[in-house]
Amino acid sequence: MAEKVEVDIIIPNQTRYLGLIGRIAEDLVYSLGRYTGDREKLAYHLNLVLTEAITNAICHANENDPDKQIQIQISASDEALNIKVFDEGVGFDLAEQTTGDIRDTDECGRGIHIIRRLMDQVNYRRINKRNVLEMIKKLH
Amino acid sequence: MQIKTEEIDDIVLIKIEEERMDAHNSGTFKEQMLAFFNEGKCNLIIDLSAVRFVDSSGLGALVSGFKNASAREGSLKLCGLQPQVRSMFELTRLHRVFEIFASVAEAQESF
Repeated sequence: MAEKVEVDIIIPNQTRYLGLIGRIAEDLVYSLGRYTGDREKLAYHLNLVLTEAITNAICHANENDPDKQIQIQISASDEALNIKVFDEGVGFDLAEQTTGDIRDTDECGRGIHIIRRLMDQVNYRRINKRNVLEMIKKLH
Repeated sequence: MQIKTEEIDDIVLIKIEEERMDAHNSGTFKEQMLAFFNEGKCNLIIDLSAVRFVDSSGLGALVSGFKNASAREGSLKLCGLQPQVRSMFELTRLHRVFEIFASVAEAQESF
């Protein structure tokens, strides 16, 4: 029988919750019974892309507004991890953030590049007055 | 950011005592490094052996320290990287920017 795990969490728009979400993400990967790849690496990568996506949502999309919230949905099946991070803000231009080279001495701008390097599909769109960054990682 | 510092001659050894370096604590770490630069202490060794996770904000803080040290004719060197942390430097190609050593002793000898 196909195995599917779904997680849906809402957090305040604050970076202090990054560690909590990272731990949940790693635990979720260790609970995937049928995954045969490098589990430690996948756990780290899921922690990382969520950290980058949530930081981006808090600081850029939601503009550090403490009254806003971030919703995180993770769906894990035998085939893929599907991760959605919803923000309530003005959004950002995904294309703009990923074009142009990062210079070695740049202090910012690596987050979306890291997500693109580690995930198979990435898109950002507006749905019902919110924005969602969707990231898909194939597991085969 | 929880850190432990020790001064050896003109080198400041900073041991990061956090499991994660991310957007929540990397801003404070930048300020902690700046305090040393403002005192004229520009040779830093950052011991990352306790750090299991670093994101782009943590890397950005280290790049900031590296630039500040270099601008003051000092240097910032790294040591004790766990494998996953090292992989982050490789993913972002920052391993070409920093001098990275296995241990504090090796980093210290390189000055």
